[in-house]
Amino acid sequence: MDDLTSLFREFDVLGAFWVNLQLTFWAAIFALVIGTVLALMRISPVPSLRFAGTTYVTLLRNTPLTVIIVFCVLGLWGHLGITLSGDFQQNFFWLAVLGLTVYHAAFVCEALRSGVNTVPVGQAEAARAIGLGFAASARLVILPQAFRGAVAPLGNVLIALTKNSTVAAAGSVVETSSLMRTMIEARGDVTVLVFLVFAVGFVLIVVPIGLVTTALSRRWAVAR
Amino acid sequence: MSGSVLFDSPGPRARRRMVWINVVATLVVAGIGAYALVLLDRKGQLAGALWQPLLTANAWENFLLPGLRQTLVAAGLSVVTAGAFGLVFGLGRLSASRAVRWVSGGVVEFFRAVPVLLMMVFFYLFLPQLDVVDPVDLPLVAVVLGLTLYNGAVFAELVRSGVHNLPKGQREAALATGLTRGQSLRLVEVPQAVIAMLPAIASQLVVILKDTALGAIITYPELLAAARRFGSGNGNILQSLVVAAVVFIVINWLLPRLAEVLAGRVGRRTAGRARAEAPSLAATGRDAS
Repeated sequence: MDDLTSLFREFDVLGAFWVNLQLTFWAAIFALVIGTVLALMRISPVPSLRFAGTTYVTLLRNTPLTVIIVFCVLGLWGHLGITLSGDFQQNFFWLAVLGLTVYHAAFVCEALRSGVNTVPVGQAEAARAIGLGFAASARLVILPQAFRGAVAPLGNVLIALTKNSTVAAAGSVVETSSLMRTMIEARGDVTVLVFLVFAVGFVLIVVPIGLVTTALSRRWAVAR
Repeated sequence: MSGSVLFDSPGPRARRRMVWINVVATLVVAGIGAYALVLLDRKGQLAGALWQPLLTANAWENFLLPGLRQTLVAAGLSVVTAGAFGLVFGLGRLSASRAVRWVSGGVVEFFRAVPVLLMMVFFYLFLPQLDVVDPVDLPLVAVVLGLTLYNGAVFAELVRSGVHNLPKGQREAALATGLTRGQSLRLVEVPQAVIAMLPAIASQLVVILKDTALGAIITYPELLAAARRFGSGNGNILQSLVVAAVVFIVINWLLPRLAEVLAGRVGRRTAGRARAEAPSLAATGRDAS
């Protein structure tokens, strides 16, 4: 118990988790926006938009996140000199958010599309039968049901994003996995305890997200 | 095909309109691409001298292919160990004893919630203290352990849901022939569930393969690390990373296609439904229903 309190006193554990939560928060918002646009492109009647959306998803989903984040830092910043913030450390933070965003946008797109797949064909047929066009039937009939069907898969993406925010360490962002490394190197006598602190921290964040999204997806499920 | 649900096949007017939207959309996408190329060119990143080294035998023989081999070794080992882990804890979750069920459930939920990178870093720093692993193998062991625990937990869920998805008659028939519940599970239900989940395992390989790249953070010399090393030696990190990404994309694009072929092949050998899709697309899965 003394070890535990001294760990929290010596190291800013909560601060490190706060960095992960911030990474998750911003990447989640941006990925939701981009992912929704991609999903609309992939379900639209226009072949070129569908092709562009499919290509994006295929490319980004099959690239390891680590490669993307290393690319953001070494490629975009190191080679192309793109900076997202004047502050040196903040710059790495936003580059990591960029990497997390473009990667998870592909998964958000797929989650929303799986939501569209839960809508029975009859709904779309009925919408067309009363004279609604693509835009109107999507806005009034399909998407409201699709979003409700997509809550659970979107929750999965959010959980994955929360855990993947640790990969930002590959982009020189100081967060939980890098702090854990520092702590173990400083306090080799309590290695397992240090790991458990961080592991339990993630369990405490991830499990409630899962419970809440499961509950919401049940409550909002379209009764059929 | 989700698209076809949303719109009728286009008539003459819609087709004319589509031509225009197509042109505009193509222009926008091509414009973004052209802008990126201009940006790269302005920084001199399109210079042939930077791409050329990646086409030499040296790049592939000494860097990329050995890196790819390490990636495949780690992924291959992990999928086997994760399969064993998943089988043990999947059976545990189906056990008749409540205590075993609870412990297995706790273990599975725990390892699904902890980031893989955290586990890899932990093993990388912890194993030397125990002095059980040859320092040369340390990064590989740490990578495989991290991947095993997470993906094993995912497989355990697959085993459980696979057994739950079998028709009830399978167990009833097994019990009717005089097998005990445990025997029915081991001899009848789990083998069929495993066959049904083979394609899903193949799909999970994509996740495993992508996650091996995390090994670069703990000095495992896989493809990403090799590309980085080659890039910093030749001053073309950006180009090397692009090539490494393309290799990953090609392999990961092929794997699900193989999984689908597999699903078609084994489909007849199980009463369960062989599914080609991964348990969840993202790196984790709580039950998606």
